[in-house]
Amino acid sequence: MPTYQPHTYRPDTPSHPPAAFPEYRSNVLRAPHRPFELLPQRLGEITGPLLGEGRVGPHDNDLTLGHDGEPQGQRIIVAGRVLDGDGRPVAGTLLEVWQANAAGRYRHDADRHPAPLDPNFTGVGRVITDAEGRYSFTTVQPGAYPWRNHDNAWRPAHIHFSLFGTAFTQRLITQMYFPGDPLFAQDPIFNSVRDPKAREAMVARFDLDTTVPEWALGYRWDIVLRGKNPTPLEEEDDDE
Amino acid sequence: MSEQLQTTPSQTVGPFFSFGLVWPDGPFVVPEGTPGAFRIGGTVYDGAGVPVPDAVVETWQADPDGRFDHPDDPRGAVRWKDFRGFGRSATDPEGRYSLLTVKPGPLPVAGGAVEDSREAPHLNVSVFCRGMLVRLVTRIYFPDEEANAEDPVLTSIDPARRRTLIAEGEPPGYRFDIHLQGEHETVFFEL
Ligand SMILES: [Fe+2]
Repeated sequence: MPTYQPHTYRPDTPSHPPAAFPEYRSNVLRAPHRPFELLPQRLGEITGPLLGEGRVGPHDNDLTLGHDGEPQGQRIIVAGRVLDGDGRPVAGTLLEVWQANAAGRYRHDADRHPAPLDPNFTGVGRVITDAEGRYSFTTVQPGAYPWRNHDNAWRPAHIHFSLFGTAFTQRLITQMYFPGDPLFAQDPIFNSVRDPKAREAMVARFDLDTTVPEWALGYRWDIVLRGKNPTPLEEEDDDE
Repeated sequence: MSEQLQTTPSQTVGPFFSFGLVWPDGPFVVPEGTPGAFRIGGTVYDGAGVPVPDAVVETWQADPDGRFDHPDDPRGAVRWKDFRGFGRSATDPEGRYSLLTVKPGPLPVAGGAVEDSREAPHLNVSVFCRGMLVRLVTRIYFPDEEANAEDPVLTSIDPARRRTLIAEGEPPGYRFDIHLQGEHETVFFEL
């Protein structure tokens, strides 16, 4: 009888911010003080919710639709691929995105920034990757917004992303930034990622091929979820 | 072997996620009226003991047979096809979350030479909130489960902290508070 041998996922801690990062002030009372315990990857860790088409409505990939008129701001297309750590596409996976409007204001009761709400923009989208792991959605360029972390603190423009991949280990919530933002240097959330290469991987690139003439600017952003360890079983298969 | 790519870094969910992440059916791991379904929930607290009103708690669990309807569970699901297994609840202004689910079955332990080696029934939990840059992972175990005594994860934890991973009975459901920091700090895991 074959022994059950799971595909475990490679460690990826160095890509991520540390749990404790006090320059981000609201982290101080929320970051655990005790070290994390090691959770072995068994069935419940290498599986995860596979949330498909039923979660996505007809206009969910276009944040400029669904209102009486068009939103204010620079129309953009954000497109890319979701890959695992070995460069394999993650097909059929749900992406959830949310963002501020062009003026830097969220449609959320707790957002007190005195910038205008846009009656024609909510700022929520959902897409599912295709067989090659590709996704694409249309929106408007979000504005930067102030917050109270430090004196004259401003968040660089960003879009929030939530992804599931295919396993509990791969769950990821992150933010996509825009190239050349002058606000990076003073943003503790962006700079909480200590590895410069990993930090750079959060920044989309402008892409003329994704840009639609006389319609919208295009940005490309690939997202990488944790890759798998090779299993002894796979190595045997390779020999055959 | 293809080139290995670095994982895209985690960033905070921020304070304004609710309009993006809240689903009407999020807290329903199983539909209302499912036989054996119960509520499980509690309060998320920060290090000062103040409830956290901007957290989102997600759960992932096996079905009552201890199976996953997922390609990486070689056994698949038998009785519980299309069991979602996933729950999501944002905390309310008082820091409370709540889910409707059924108790999962025990899980086989990977590579198990020992036939009776099992993980006790539990929910895997992800916590995201403003102020946290990474996901926090914990587990909810159930009180009065004999299998807890043999569970390889529970028994690996300092006995003094083990109880932070075990829900309290609160008939007809269970209560599981999450302490991000402080004296009662919940055990969190790295995967
Ligand atoms: Fe934001």
